[in-house]
Amino acid sequence: MTTETRLTIPGTAFDVHEALRGLTEGALSALAEAERTTAQIVLAEVLNNIVEHAYAGQGGRIDLTLSTGADGLRCVVTDCGVPMPSGRLPKGRSPRPGDLPQGGFGWFLIRSLARDLRYSREDGRNELSFRLPS
Amino acid sequence: MDLSAEVRDGALIVRVLEDRIDAASAIGFKDRMREVIADPSPVVVLDLSRVSFLDSSGLGAVVAVMKLVAPRRLELAALSPTVAKVFRLTRMDSVFTIHADSP
Repeated sequence: MTTETRLTIPGTAFDVHEALRGLTEGALSALAEAERTTAQIVLAEVLNNIVEHAYAGQGGRIDLTLSTGADGLRCVVTDCGVPMPSGRLPKGRSPRPGDLPQGGFGWFLIRSLARDLRYSREDGRNELSFRLPS
Repeated sequence: MDLSAEVRDGALIVRVLEDRIDAASAIGFKDRMREVIADPSPVVVLDLSRVSFLDSSGLGAVVAVMKLVAPRRLELAALSPTVAKVFRLTRMDSVFTIHADSP
């Protein structure tokens, strides 16, 4: 059985914080703990990247669709911010712990946990889709 | 960001009283920690038992606090499964002493 959740989130750090809290208590609460943990981490990184980079702190609309199925949680996230640099997803290399990095973990975490990552830019919209395996 | 602090057996124990350290709260967390760690205790233990979620901004803020505390030590305690997973995946668990239980 597939269940679908659609959500529109204003592109600010506070709204993303509230939306993730709501999802954790709502749509994600039916998932097993490991799956819910993964979903929280990946969605936080994806949504906060949009707030910080695509919308560069200016705000905007983020649309999120989550579908649960036999192969995990499928996620589609769209925004109308600036495109990814060079039209491609960042490589997400792992920062070196010994350097005591204070950033650069976001895409590394996304790439570590998400499968079937796809990015497209059409009609001024970014669309990122991925699957979080069950 | 709501924190509590007490000195016990020569260590400054700081308990985070909110459930998320994320992009929305990371700066507030860092600012409050800067005030709290003015206490000269040689070890600062950050009790994260109430924190159910931490994202990469929160992780960056904890690393920033470690640098503020240096040359004294910042240790972590009572990581929830989600918080532990972020530290493990990024291998940042290798740079902190992490206690399983709250002090």
